[in-house]
Amino acid sequence: MSSSTPLLAVDELSVVFGGRGSDEVRAVDGVSFTLEEGRVTGLVGESGCGKSVTSLALMGLLPERGVKVGGSAVMRLPEGPVDLLKLSQRKMRDLRGSRLAMIFQDPLSSLNPVVPIGRQVTEILKRHRGMRGSAAEKEAAELLNRVGIPDPNRRLREYPHQLSGGMRQRALIAMAVACRPRVMIADEPTTALDVTIQAQILELLKDLVTEEGTALLMITHDLGVVAGLCDDINVLYAGRAVEKAPRAPLFADPTHPYTVGLLGSIPRLDAPRGEPLTPIRGSINDNIAWAKGCAFAPRCDHYTLECLQGPPALAAVGTAAGVEGRERSDTAGAGGAEHVHRCVNPIGHADVLDRPSLEGPALVGEDEEAQG
Amino acid sequence: MLRFIVRRLLQLIPTLGGLSILLFVWLQRLPGGPEYALLPDDATAEQRAQLRRSFGLEEPLTVQYLAFLRRIVQGDLGTSLMTSRPVTEEFMTRFPATFELAVTAMLIAVAVGVPLGYLAARKRGSALDFAAVGGSLLGICTPVFFLAFILKVVFAERLGLFPSAFRLSPGMSRTDLSGFVVLDGIRTGEFDVVWDALLHLALPGVALASIPLAVIVRMTRASVLEVLGEDYVRTANAKGLRPGTVRTRHVMRNALLPVVTAVGLLTGSLFAGAVLTESVFAFPGIGSFIYAATQTRDYPVLTGFILLIATLYVFINLLVDISYSLLDPRVRAQ
Repeated sequence: MSSSTPLLAVDELSVVFGGRGSDEVRAVDGVSFTLEEGRVTGLVGESGCGKSVTSLALMGLLPERGVKVGGSAVMRLPEGPVDLLKLSQRKMRDLRGSRLAMIFQDPLSSLNPVVPIGRQVTEILKRHRGMRGSAAEKEAAELLNRVGIPDPNRRLREYPHQLSGGMRQRALIAMAVACRPRVMIADEPTTALDVTIQAQILELLKDLVTEEGTALLMITHDLGVVAGLCDDINVLYAGRAVEKAPRAPLFADPTHPYTVGLLGSIPRLDAPRGEPLTPIRGSINDNIAWAKGCAFAPRCDHYTLECLQGPPALAAVGTAAGVEGRERSDTAGAGGAEHVHRCVNPIGHADVLDRPSLEGPALVGEDEEAQG
Repeated sequence: MLRFIVRRLLQLIPTLGGLSILLFVWLQRLPGGPEYALLPDDATAEQRAQLRRSFGLEEPLTVQYLAFLRRIVQGDLGTSLMTSRPVTEEFMTRFPATFELAVTAMLIAVAVGVPLGYLAARKRGSALDFAAVGGSLLGICTPVFFLAFILKVVFAERLGLFPSAFRLSPGMSRTDLSGFVVLDGIRTGEFDVVWDALLHLALPGVALASIPLAVIVRMTRASVLEVLGEDYVRTANAKGLRPGTVRTRHVMRNALLPVVTAVGLLTGSLFAGAVLTESVFAFPGIGSFIYAATQTRDYPVLTGFILLIATLYVFINLLVDISYSLLDPRVRAQ
């Protein structure tokens, strides 16, 4: 981890929907992570865990009515640090698309069907880079070329429905990188694409991060994507991070039962034919409020009464988490550790020896110092 | 594009052919006939029969229909029983008045309806939204002739703000180039005529606009609400585009597609509404003439006018389809 200040530091982000009449829904409940230059940070979890809401909150794209956003998200800019969550809509509009860009999940519905691709690329160049006419068009063609769209001049005049799925996602990526943003958020960018195209798009994102030093926040439910792309991983459950670690230790030593369950539910090619998958039982709706205890407890095979004593705090791997605000505070428990989890009954190494190996070998061991 | 237009024009033939049969049979089956409308009540049966023979009404229906069809193809829609002038001529002298009225009504409906529908959607649940939705419900429910009558009594007769009848004030002299009063006035520079004509168009225009306005408000509102939730609007906002750009290029461009279709269909309702509105305001257009023709059972005028209006209607929808394919590239591809 670099010692310089992170490009974006998200601290205790919370997003609460509703209130006044209806029950409040805490979609994001105190999520903290940092984005570093040239690194990919993953937010992983199943549908409904708050990953997309996190990204929309950072972009300032949540509706204003009926939504309360808390915490801070400090972005390092040349003109000084700013808290994205406190900026006015007008200032956010200046940052969006230029310093902070987003790539969405479904490329077809994310493109305007009645506006040519070229116009959808040039409008962002006109808005943020002050480019006009043929200069903007030339740059747009350049961008399409850069993201691997062949015959860009023809594609600029075409409409989204005339492009293939992969090409549409490339066009969206071209729009996202048009102003060389420092921070890019990709919300399940490969979910709507078939597998070969997925790999190409991930490769493209990886190249962009390496070449430009952009910080990428990768939001996904696909652990294969995480294994291939992410440097740092945050596993979210019911709006809170339940485990955070760099890639290698997370795959080598998952300690939170939820992470272990996610890894275990991946189908394996080397498993005997007909062997059933091991899903995590129940659904994300079977949870309890974090204030009462671990939200995952109702679905957990390892839970004890201790799990319901109060909200578990983040703790360094190798120690069991205490209860927030009682034994140790969040930061005290986690220390500066790279690999932390939020579990009072973490799974020891013996329990996870039979976990599927996703990553190649030789990655185990990087987290030893972190534990020490 | 050309093939598309030609194909649509060819579709006109079966449409109008079917309509001509329908009209012909329907009108023949109506009780009464011109011999009752044109002859005095004490005319003898022999006199009535003679009149029917002279109009060719005693021939077999198929013969009458084929003769009717042959004349239509030759551009001869017969002679009005009321005025003894050719039906096409009657139509052409009255068409400009109704055209100006219909355009006025549609301009009012679009100019008020689209912004109102947009605002109602943006401020969903606000007092404005309720007023727009409630008002449009009222607009759809109110019969046009009733609204026309109320407008006339209040704004023309009581308050005296607008004239209550005709296209122009009596004694207003104008140079007639084409029958289109407003257009002629603009071309010849007779702006007093233009102003006078616009004052005369105001009340019937508003009355006639009520139903299309209500439909456009509701369609625009529903359509904008739908588009605001679309992913591409979120993308546009994620690009940091100015609100004006998002509104015009990304929201309205898509939201207006169904409204354009509705405008084409609503034009048909304008002609139906014009019959009653024009009668209330003694507006000398095709509507009031159809009203008179109905009362005198003037078959040639009714069949001829309805056929011509139907043709016009099909052409308007052709124009809508063409503009639609220009607005939506997905339609062009098919």
